[in-house]
Amino acid sequence: MSDASMNASAIQTPDCQTKDAGFGDFFALLKPRVMSLVVFTALVGLLAAPVSVHPIVGFAAILFIAIGGGASGALNMWWDADIDRIMKRTKSRPIPAGRIAEGEAFGFGIALSGISVVMLGLATNFVAAGLLAFTIFFYVVIYSMWLKRWTPQNIVIGGAAGAFPPMIGWAAATGSVSIESVLMFILIFTWTPPHFWALALFMKSDYDEAGVPMLTSTHGRRVTRNHILAYTIMLLPVSFALAFTSIGGPTYLVAAVLLNALFLRGAWTIWRRDEAAAEADGFATEKKVFRHSLYYLFGLFVAILIDATFRGMDIAPFTSWSL
Amino acid sequence: MSFPKQHEIHTRRFSRNLGLGLVLAAFVALIFGLTVAKVTQDEFTLPDVNNGAGYGQN
Repeated sequence: MSDASMNASAIQTPDCQTKDAGFGDFFALLKPRVMSLVVFTALVGLLAAPVSVHPIVGFAAILFIAIGGGASGALNMWWDADIDRIMKRTKSRPIPAGRIAEGEAFGFGIALSGISVVMLGLATNFVAAGLLAFTIFFYVVIYSMWLKRWTPQNIVIGGAAGAFPPMIGWAAATGSVSIESVLMFILIFTWTPPHFWALALFMKSDYDEAGVPMLTSTHGRRVTRNHILAYTIMLLPVSFALAFTSIGGPTYLVAAVLLNALFLRGAWTIWRRDEAAAEADGFATEKKVFRHSLYYLFGLFVAILIDATFRGMDIAPFTSWSL
Repeated sequence: MSFPKQHEIHTRRFSRNLGLGLVLAAFVALIFGLTVAKVTQDEFTLPDVNNGAGYGQN
């Protein structure tokens, strides 16, 4: 098909692909912002593991975990193209904006999924590769296709997909799953709902218009505030438990005390507020707690990394820390 | 003779082709690096072909 006929057919069918995508459009399909969290938590899982990994093997492991995460993002955009066209936040994504065809995004996502899983298996081991394959399956099939449009608990169960990367990083180094990696998984899994619901409290209209059942619409904003506090309380034992495993340490314990106190205070304030107070200050507290929740997870994982570094240098309180 | 101005579609295609080329080159370099890393690790042993053994049987 010549360029001229391609352009002519694009004019006649504006919903179809109207432009040739650039390299940046395909990169945008990988959800680079989400990928940054995947890379960071997977890197901490890999570096905190009690096994030394060759730098090139470690780099390849993180790269293929990131590509796997990006591939699941591309498949999510392919599946959710219809609702992405409705929501203001997602209208400019490559598919709704008409820069990439849905079929292209699907092919791109499937190809990258296969490459990332096989390459992670060859570079490290097939426990890590199996976990990555399951993560992609969970995010695309369980979360995107099944839970997201069906239940307001979508974010609770679907949060598991975002919780797997440190476990995959750990498995890439050790070839196994252990209590430490399971606790890192549970930490992100329990953290996701209050983090996301704080966002949903001030981004309400976007999800309503797309017909995605969010707790704020199906059960009301009072119930959402209750849930934020409940999940933040549930986060406490998980985050403190990590402090007493082989990857915990003095830095992590101090960080856990401070960050949990901050997060809990924020969740408590959200719980005490009503809608009138929230609307009066433009959801300032909800926005602050959302921001704090990001610092919370980042801070805890940085603390794990600091303790691992000191342990590697054989400094006394760090080497003999775990119970 | 003057060439007509390049159409925007070709500029975008060039960026995509260049990006893909660089990604493939980086992939080749990574595989090479991984191979070197794997064969220089202590636990790596070459198969004993002199005794007729294959991979994993040395």
